[in-house]
Amino acid sequence: MKDQINKAKENSTKEIERCKSLKELNDIRVKYLGKKGELTIILRGMGALSEEERPVIGSLVNEVKEEIEKLIQEKAEQLEQEQLNEKLKSEVIDVTLPGKKVKRGSKHPVNRIIEELEDLFVSMGYDVVSGPELETDEYCFERLNLPKGHPARDMQDSFYITSEYLLRTQTSAVQARAMMANKEKTPIRIVCPGKTYRRDDDATHSHQFGQIEGLVIDKNISLADLKGTLEIFVRKMLGDNLKLRFRPSYFPFTEPSYEVDVSCFKCGGKGCNLCKQTGWIEILGAGIVHPNVLKMNGYDPEKYSGFAFGTGLDRLAMFKYGITDIRLLYTNDVRFLKQFDRKDEENEIKY
Amino acid sequence: MKLSTNFVKDYIDIDVDVKTLAEDMTRIGNEYEEAGKLINATNLIIGEVLECTEHPDSDHLHVCKVDIGKEILNIVCGAPNVRKGLKVVVSQVGAELPGHKVIKKGTIRGIDSEGMLCSMEELGLESKFLTAKDKDGIHELSADAPVGGDPIRFMGMDDEVIDFELTANRGDLLSILGMAYEIGAIYDKKVKDIDLSHKENGEDINKSFKVNIHTDNCGIFLAKRVENVTIKESPEFIKNRLIASGIRPINNVVDISNYVMLETGQPLHFYDSDSLKGCLEVRMAKQGEKLTTLDNIERQLTDEDIVISDGERAIGLAGVMGGLDTEIENTTKNVIIESAIFDPIKVRATSKKILRSEASLRFEKGLDPNRTYMAIERACNLLEKYADGTVITGTVIYDKTEKADKVIEVTFENINRILGIEVPKQEVENVFRKLGFTYKSTNDSISVSVPRRRLDISIKEDLIEEVGRIYGVDNIQGRLPVIPVKPGNYNRTMRNIRDKMIALGLNETLSYILVNDKEAKQYTTEDVEALRLLDPMTEERNTLRYSVIPSLFKIYEYNNAHNVKDVSIFEIGKGFHKKDEVYSEENKLACLMTGEYYLGLNNTAKVDFYITKGIVEELLEYLGFAGRYKFIVTDDMPKELHPGQSARISINNDFVGIIGKVHPIKTKDDVFVFEINLDKLLSKPVEKMKYKEISKYPTVNKDLAIVVNKEVRAQDIEAVIRKSVGALLSNIKLFDVYKGANIGENKVSMAYSLSLTPKDKTLTEEEINATLEKIIKDLNKKLGAELRK
Repeated sequence: MKDQINKAKENSTKEIERCKSLKELNDIRVKYLGKKGELTIILRGMGALSEEERPVIGSLVNEVKEEIEKLIQEKAEQLEQEQLNEKLKSEVIDVTLPGKKVKRGSKHPVNRIIEELEDLFVSMGYDVVSGPELETDEYCFERLNLPKGHPARDMQDSFYITSEYLLRTQTSAVQARAMMANKEKTPIRIVCPGKTYRRDDDATHSHQFGQIEGLVIDKNISLADLKGTLEIFVRKMLGDNLKLRFRPSYFPFTEPSYEVDVSCFKCGGKGCNLCKQTGWIEILGAGIVHPNVLKMNGYDPEKYSGFAFGTGLDRLAMFKYGITDIRLLYTNDVRFLKQFDRKDEENEIKY
Repeated sequence: MKLSTNFVKDYIDIDVDVKTLAEDMTRIGNEYEEAGKLINATNLIIGEVLECTEHPDSDHLHVCKVDIGKEILNIVCGAPNVRKGLKVVVSQVGAELPGHKVIKKGTIRGIDSEGMLCSMEELGLESKFLTAKDKDGIHELSADAPVGGDPIRFMGMDDEVIDFELTANRGDLLSILGMAYEIGAIYDKKVKDIDLSHKENGEDINKSFKVNIHTDNCGIFLAKRVENVTIKESPEFIKNRLIASGIRPINNVVDISNYVMLETGQPLHFYDSDSLKGCLEVRMAKQGEKLTTLDNIERQLTDEDIVISDGERAIGLAGVMGGLDTEIENTTKNVIIESAIFDPIKVRATSKKILRSEASLRFEKGLDPNRTYMAIERACNLLEKYADGTVITGTVIYDKTEKADKVIEVTFENINRILGIEVPKQEVENVFRKLGFTYKSTNDSISVSVPRRRLDISIKEDLIEEVGRIYGVDNIQGRLPVIPVKPGNYNRTMRNIRDKMIALGLNETLSYILVNDKEAKQYTTEDVEALRLLDPMTEERNTLRYSVIPSLFKIYEYNNAHNVKDVSIFEIGKGFHKKDEVYSEENKLACLMTGEYYLGLNNTAKVDFYITKGIVEELLEYLGFAGRYKFIVTDDMPKELHPGQSARISINNDFVGIIGKVHPIKTKDDVFVFEINLDKLLSKPVEKMKYKEISKYPTVNKDLAIVVNKEVRAQDIEAVIRKSVGALLSNIKLFDVYKGANIGENKVSMAYSLSLTPKDKTLTEEEINATLEKIIKDLNKKLGAELRK
């Protein structure tokens, strides 16, 4: 009987070693360890053995059984691993094939600039307001210290639809509306981005263009406040290391008035074709709100002062994205539009 | 304004190079466009033609031997007027002439040439400034020109010019004297007096001559008489300064009137006294009155134009241009000088209509009456000196103007409050002293006497501006306004809508609101009153749009023409109209889709009605209108849309927009559009977004296929099912639409997948079946539907 057991051990070991599949392995298990397996039969036949032999053979059979089980277990693991490897091999794909994208559309560059400016000014406590594009002469000009016949009206040749209504030539029209609505109740801190219109059309001017207007009114608002605000605005939009130059100028609705130049961000101020060799690029107009404007719109100039500024959105978009022809902004070639489909790069905030 | 630096140096001692001057002027608010030499050429020298022979190989070239002092050059010259003995301007080898032209040693048809003899045009003079002689050939220097010398200096053209772009309020800077004060303020120099000296001769003019002013539009009118003038060429310095200032020299008398205008800013007019029929009068023109101006054009006038007349006829358009009949001619002997100020607004209106002149430019900005007196005296001074004129005693004077300084007071506290810095009292005083203003100051305030020439200064803020300007804005340190902190607000909804549309794969556009008058009435059935511009730039853009779709359609056409066939675009913009005498503008969201639309996961589909509709549905649901919108077909759809593929978008039975295929008569492509009136849509309240409890009981999914007549609308079927099931229905989805002979002609089968979610218990088989049976019964009753077998 011992021989029989050893034989089974020997045979099964060989068979397990040769075995090639999990199914075959299972057959081997059945053959030796199954209900009718060789070792099971031996165990059942133990009744015929003597009292002394029984435990010896019993433990031998169990020993061999365990050994075979272990071998089968090991073999099974080996086979499973091989099978898995086989499967993985068969599932190799070309990871360089294109991904299946859900693609977004794109935001117009001028609106991107508007959103950036809105976020900036909202973060400084400004409200973003809007006003009518079809404006009255009163709000567009008269309430801004530009009476009829004023020579400065020539600077802004207008589209009138009646003698009283016109397409606003400047977002400054919102200044008067904001003041009239507020009437000294609270400090005013607003920006107004929007469309404006002038009778002017060439390579650098479009009859429709975007502007953003800013207005701050409170007690003791000064030129220094204006300067600090514009420094933040320009540097945030165009670059941290830029220099600003305030050049005294003239606008009927501010006194004193300034045009603000920024050191050329293309050449760094050395002179290039963008800055026309001057090293400076004119970027906005600004000033201290004219006392007549305050008075006309319900503010006492002896108590209140304020600053206002305005700048062209199209130009900012052109600078920011390197667009050389303003007409590209308004022809809306889909090949142009689709280029603005990613987020803007942002400077990391470091402490 | 072109500033001749030689000219201004008559009145101010400065020694700075032209670029520095231009930059310094810019810093105080006077921007310049260009600054440089009047004649921008190097390596020029005076030469004398020693020999001049004909070129053997040419019928027009000459071979010259030219003495330039240090050597004798061989130069080939093609000018017809080159000849032996002529003094000429030689540009030597290496010379750089305007237009980046560099002179090189060369061989012209076999003969060496070591330089060029120059014409004035080659030296960069505009052709309008050339004399007849200079137009035809090289410039002929006078016989006394020193060989080897600097020809530009010899001609008196060694001037430097700054072309300023002045602000509208600084009319005073349209004069050399004004510029001198401004420059004096920068460098702290005093402006020198102008020479007005002359003799006065004979009987006072007032005994024989009068001016009659018949209008309020003339504040001051002065006249003087100068007799026996000799008309000839002006001296070089006058001609050169006029040229540097951009004015063409004509003859000494005419040039003097222009010279004085440049100097003082006061335009003058000289009449040929002998062609006047009577005394001068100023009046408004008669409607339809005619006047032939100096440029020989007959002008038709209106009663808004101010004219000068000689009692019989109009002889000048006040402030704009003189008349041809009384102009200074070569035979003129006696001159009446007019120095006057006319109403700036009237002059502006007339000149805008008729002609912008150097004179009108100055009248429009306003003038200083003190200069009116100064200019007429200065003209006499120059006419006596350079036209041998005899100045007649006295001046005819009509004067209603204010000439004294304006006194304005401002406190130092006020100055500092506006500028945001502490400017020392001493510095404030310095500013006004440098500007040539007198002042009195106390510890708290300064009272400044502002001369009339500074018409731009009338209130204390103007004085503060002067302090900021001259003290220097660079000395102001920027800071942020100190205002109580509050959160900034903005309307996020528009941005959210844009972002949603972009997330749906659409590209945002920015279009013009101006369209043509036909487009302005499109995509609506309302009787829109088009808002036309009074003065459009082109007929293509003469009206404000009502709908944004025409703007997008133009963009589609542009892209189509550039072979971009897949266009999925949207825009939020204003649409305008007038209703019940009120102008209104509304925010509209418009969308246009054609070609292939990207569905995602690398799939595209040809745009059809349902893709576009899907975008609308997505958006409305995003905005909180789920279950509240409907697409309704009415009898009167806009005629630009396909009648069988268009609908109105409604929210709770109120129309907020349109959707449809663009009518095939407008384009052969399949183009789909929609437009939603955002102001109207967003004025409708939406429910707050709130968590709804997720049922603990299992959802049962059942499919249901029915057959209906093909006229029955899917929207109505869904509505019946929703109503029939009620709250139990958690989802309904149409998953198949089938037409075929086996279900009968004019029939359509619709298959829905229904999700039933109970709130309080598990549904039994009986309850489910009862629900389905009720649906079929209701559908049959209301829409004639049958269960598909």
